[in-house]
Amino acid sequence: MDVVWEHREAIALAFAYTVLLFVFAGVGSLIGGTLLTAMRVGPIKVLRWAAAIYVTLVRNTPLLIVIFFFRLAAPKMDLRFDFVDVVLPTTVGDVRINNIFAACTVGLTVYTAAFVCEALRSGVNAVPLGQAEAARAIGMPFAGVMRYVVLPQAFRASIPPLANVQIALLKNTTVAGALGVSEAFIRMRGLLNDNPTARISLFIAFAAIFVVLVEVLSFVANRLERRVRVA
Amino acid sequence: MSGSVLYDAPGPRTIARHRVYTVIASVGLLALLAYAVLRLQQNGQFEYQKWEPFVSPVFIETILVDGVLETLKMAFSAILLAVGFGVLFGIGKLSEHGWVRWPCWAVVEFWRAVPVLLNIIFFGILLGLDSTTNRYWAVVIALMLYNGAVLAEVFRAGINAVPKGQVEAAYAVGMRKSQVMLAIQLPQAVKIMLPALISQCVVALKDTALGYVVLAPGLTFVMRLIYANPDHGQNQIPTVIVIGGIYVLLNLILTVIATWVQRKFVGEKKVLEVSMVGEGDPSAAPVK
Repeated sequence: MDVVWEHREAIALAFAYTVLLFVFAGVGSLIGGTLLTAMRVGPIKVLRWAAAIYVTLVRNTPLLIVIFFFRLAAPKMDLRFDFVDVVLPTTVGDVRINNIFAACTVGLTVYTAAFVCEALRSGVNAVPLGQAEAARAIGMPFAGVMRYVVLPQAFRASIPPLANVQIALLKNTTVAGALGVSEAFIRMRGLLNDNPTARISLFIAFAAIFVVLVEVLSFVANRLERRVRVA
Repeated sequence: MSGSVLYDAPGPRTIARHRVYTVIASVGLLALLAYAVLRLQQNGQFEYQKWEPFVSPVFIETILVDGVLETLKMAFSAILLAVGFGVLFGIGKLSEHGWVRWPCWAVVEFWRAVPVLLNIIFFGILLGLDSTTNRYWAVVIALMLYNGAVLAEVFRAGINAVPKGQVEAAYAVGMRKSQVMLAIQLPQAVKIMLPALISQCVVALKDTALGYVVLAPGLTFVMRLIYANPDHGQNQIPTVIVIGGIYVLLNLILTVIATWVQRKFVGEKKVLEVSMVGEGDPSAAPVK
């Protein structure tokens, strides 16, 4: 365990990248996924199809290929993220948010948005048709039906699948490491190669941090679900 | 038609309004598509040189044999091992004995929460990354552990989904615990969880792409081979389109099979859904 403690600052810096990737892609995918859901369940057929094709294509493509596209293929058609260059100074070292980081974040966002869309859609589908019909029957206007009857139930039903999607995203940020962001995965690979005698304790340390992060997310999701649950 | 919970059946004015929206949306989507094609055209992405490997027999053979076949082999060996792992730990999590249940729970929770990439590189470095066989097995072991942990949850949920009366009846006619599990619970549970099992195959197949980081054989290795070849003039875009397309096709085939199995064996009931974490408190002893 000495090796782990010795490299604590490097490990902390690596996980700073991981958490930042998660936060950016998480927020982005929630926004993108909500837009996609609106298209997917809306009354316009063309938009429904477009969203369905997007979701089917992206869901069945490996994340590595999606990020690879934005990271290494997109620059070949002049789609670059060079305008992104921010340095965040921290006590354990500088976090550089550059074009590589941006490309990986976009890839993660594009991929996760498809899953967010499916989670939200399953929430909308979980609301029985009779609920809206009953609300209309007692004379509620459209906005009232949405605000007081349909959306609260849809939101509640989609919390557990949404939490699963975001947990998967946290673990998926490691793929960004495979394509050039110096986050936890890359740092672990470097440390494993440099410290052949302490490989198992290093792996357990990194894995344990991921387990803790996943458990924190899952705890927050459980609390949120309990709070909005109807008795 | 009012098929949606979200809005009423449209009247004549709404239908007219929707037509206008449809035209605007179609124009917007087509413009986007046209812009993408134009962008590709301007950057010379449609040149024959860049697409040549995908129409020349030598490369097609490489893609099919070293790519598709290796990827499928990797995914299926991982899933087969994962099923064994899943059955073992899934049943272990249902044990009446705390000293069996808790360790099984810990193992499943651990491997479910650790990213597959960390496993791949860890086992890769442990085995040594100097031979193709080792790289292959690093990916297979990593996928086995992750998918096995997920499948353990699927098996547990599947066994719990068997109606309680079945188990009670089996005990009532004098069967032993192992008999109830093997003759009554497992056969019925397998039927319930088959679709979930096939969906997990899709996940495993997609995750084989992560073998890229250790240069494991498979589609991503062929992908690297093709775009790194200077003869093809930096053809990352065509390569991504073709290799991504192959993955999509393989996964869609699996999804069709899963839907068919679901309809044939399970009927209209909901697909078994399993949460990623924090389900199945091991302190709760199973219902007999």
